[in-house]
Amino acid sequence: MDITFKNVAFTYQAGTPFESQALHDIDLTIADHSFTAIIGHTGSGKSTLVQHLNALLKPTSGTVTIGDRVITPTTNNKNLKPIRKKVGMVFQFPENQLFEETVVKDIAFGPMNFGVAAEDATKTAQRMLDLVGLPQELSDRSPFDLSGGQMRRVAIAGVLAMEPEVLILDEPTAGLDPVGRRDIMGMVERLHREQQLTVILITHHMEDVANYADHVIVMEHGTVVKVGAPRAVFQDVNWLQERQLGVPETAEFATALQKRGFKFSQIPLTEAELADALLDQLPGEAVHQQHDE
Amino acid sequence: MMNKLLFGRFIPGHSLIHHLDPRNKLLLSFYFIGIIFLANNWPTYLCLFIFTMLAVRLSGIKMSFFIRGVRPLIWLILFTVLLQVFFTRGGTTYWSWGPIVLSQYGIVNGIYIFMRFLLIIFMSTLLTLTTQPLSLADAIEAILKPLRVVRFPVYEVALMLSIALRFVPTLMDETEKIMNAQRARGVDFGEGNLFQQMRAIVPLLIPLFVSSFNRAEDLATAMEARGYRGGEGRSKYRILTWHMSDTWTVIAFALLTGVLVWLRA
Amino acid sequence: MTKIIEVEHLNFRYPLTEGRPALNDVNLTIEQGEWVAIIGHNGSGKSTLAKSLDGLLPLSADSGTIRVAGMKLTEDSVWDIRRQIGMVFQNPDNQFVGATVEDDVAFGLENIGLPRDEMLTRVKNALARVRMTDFADKEPARLSGGQKQRVAIAGIIALQPQIIILDESTSMLDPNGRIEVLNTVQELKEQENLTVLSITHDIDEAANANRIVVLDDGEIKESGTPAEIFQYGERLIELGLDVPYAERLKAALRKRGAAVPTEYLTEEGLVDWLWTSHLKM
Repeated sequence: MDITFKNVAFTYQAGTPFESQALHDIDLTIADHSFTAIIGHTGSGKSTLVQHLNALLKPTSGTVTIGDRVITPTTNNKNLKPIRKKVGMVFQFPENQLFEETVVKDIAFGPMNFGVAAEDATKTAQRMLDLVGLPQELSDRSPFDLSGGQMRRVAIAGVLAMEPEVLILDEPTAGLDPVGRRDIMGMVERLHREQQLTVILITHHMEDVANYADHVIVMEHGTVVKVGAPRAVFQDVNWLQERQLGVPETAEFATALQKRGFKFSQIPLTEAELADALLDQLPGEAVHQQHDE
Repeated sequence: MMNKLLFGRFIPGHSLIHHLDPRNKLLLSFYFIGIIFLANNWPTYLCLFIFTMLAVRLSGIKMSFFIRGVRPLIWLILFTVLLQVFFTRGGTTYWSWGPIVLSQYGIVNGIYIFMRFLLIIFMSTLLTLTTQPLSLADAIEAILKPLRVVRFPVYEVALMLSIALRFVPTLMDETEKIMNAQRARGVDFGEGNLFQQMRAIVPLLIPLFVSSFNRAEDLATAMEARGYRGGEGRSKYRILTWHMSDTWTVIAFALLTGVLVWLRA
Repeated sequence: MTKIIEVEHLNFRYPLTEGRPALNDVNLTIEQGEWVAIIGHNGSGKSTLAKSLDGLLPLSADSGTIRVAGMKLTEDSVWDIRRQIGMVFQNPDNQFVGATVEDDVAFGLENIGLPRDEMLTRVKNALARVRMTDFADKEPARLSGGQKQRVAIAGIIALQPQIIILDESTSMLDPNGRIEVLNTVQELKEQENLTVLSITHDIDEAANANRIVVLDDGEIKESGTPAEIFQYGERLIELGLDVPYAERLKAALRKRGAAVPTEYLTEEGLVDWLWTSHLKM
């Protein structure tokens, strides 16, 4: 299911004295089964943009095509539910949306809203616990008794339980410790690979972009300023640093090495790539072993 | 983002009205509501109307904001006005049907009632449009101060009020986020029958309560860490000052009262 | 050097909890002017330790002793101790008490009953020091997370304390906000000879410290300079800290059979080492 934006603009409180334009001139395509990262400063319009992907917001002008549905400024608010089932959205700090008495009930809430019978929804919920790496023992616990990291997984499971084709994650690792971050990103990568989910990730972590994404959208002042594969986007280290957007640490480190005199045929983005590229430029005592990364 | 900044619909400005002492503004607004009831004929209503329009003009705020203030009350106003129009007898009767009559007095009374609503709404809108909610809280604190004699915790109430105001945008933001999150999980807010709508509110209210309690706990810890130990012994950073313009405003209201008394039937 | 914080045999258990105590026989001494980072995974007791230093947790008779700026923490001394400690908490919104920036900075000053004239000067100075003067009359809803945290810091320095505790103060901020806040604290620390205690998962914040203390299951497991702690490499993740980039690259090289040095190198250090080795080719 592709998602396409054509000449999209969005204005909050349009037609009132307080209107403020959040998005303008957006044209982009998010391909089926891709892993897209959206980067940009706070306030650049990232969150407003993704709310168009499941029709939580409708464009003020232009069209958004989600699979076979076309959303225009005049689209009726009814019958948008099928889109929300296909495009799952994990908001920032999603643990704030938990409300049910038990973990399983909370996860089953989404599917039941889409008409799945209680029994089937419960089964799906239990399956989702495995998928997000939580033990079945937690099923009947109150979500409010869990740790912060566990609550976040329950919330993600609640979105996955709708069995969407597209999964949007708005800074899913914000506020977590390094173990929590590593686990969540590992899980997202696995879902992308094993469940064939199209993933759209808003993030400030350039390492995550370099490690997982195959498509990057850079936003600034409410519009898209750069689109492309991570290597193409990160190629221009200066351009990103001028905008204080940050680059993967590897790219930064490699730039420092280049200044010293090391040569790279293309800018490395991960430690593994840089290590591979360096081996040939280090003296012979470096024993070449298996490259298992 | 803009949405949450509009609470109380305060519109920043530098007009004379904006700079008045909030205590003065608050008390005069109540006083105005009182003297509206002095008006009982065309000249008095005209007088009040001109006075209000002058005040609106001085605030430098567009008329459309005031009219917006009328909108939510329009049904109540229409209902009251129609009640007056159709059930008041006296003067020439133009039309009647059972207990319902359309009389000269009825029409005049209807117009008076309508004017009363309009003037009260305009004046109170003027107060909220030109006064920050926080300044209003300060004004309320100042006005309640005498109650300290009867051990009413004025400082604590004032602090509660100001913290509540400070968190209104935060909570509105939070409400919107949670609503969006639940809509993304298939909840329809504001659709279906009453029972369905009530059910849809649960996934919104519970997370809101939980997060508010968490915030309250964090806030209490932060306040304690910053040395808050109750209202006694605290000094005040925000103070209210009475300007010459406040005195002039009071004089204007006194004159208005005089004119109303003189003109009323 | 004077000892500004001395913790001896500190124990703490949250009321109504079973199992391990939150803090178990913690001993820690911090010198005036030191920057100490406390790391540990979630639930290791870091925040509990910070809160107990400020007397924000109910301590019992067998809790051990805490001394701050020469005062033993008791029910009588707690308010004096709090005047010596400023705390910046994790959630920028939940510690912003005032309705505007200047009101928030004044909150702590009002609490100690400072005369208004003095307050006006202190608020103004404090805002200038964190570069928030232009925002003095703004409501918190108009500020970014980093700006709110800087206001919190202004509220602290207005009270002229000797110690600042950062309790995961940067964890909810975006990268720019994090840099803003860290730079501000760094600057103030140098100007005022403040003692800084930062509880963090952030590698850059930990790298700023003179000393890193590792807390695990409520006990102090290790303590050392950043260079000593950072050479743990991958193990740092379990300790609740990111792995410094130089260590990650070294690990990747080692895996490929390269003979990299075992001691900790800064990024510049590693660049130098790589270049020197390259020249030997």
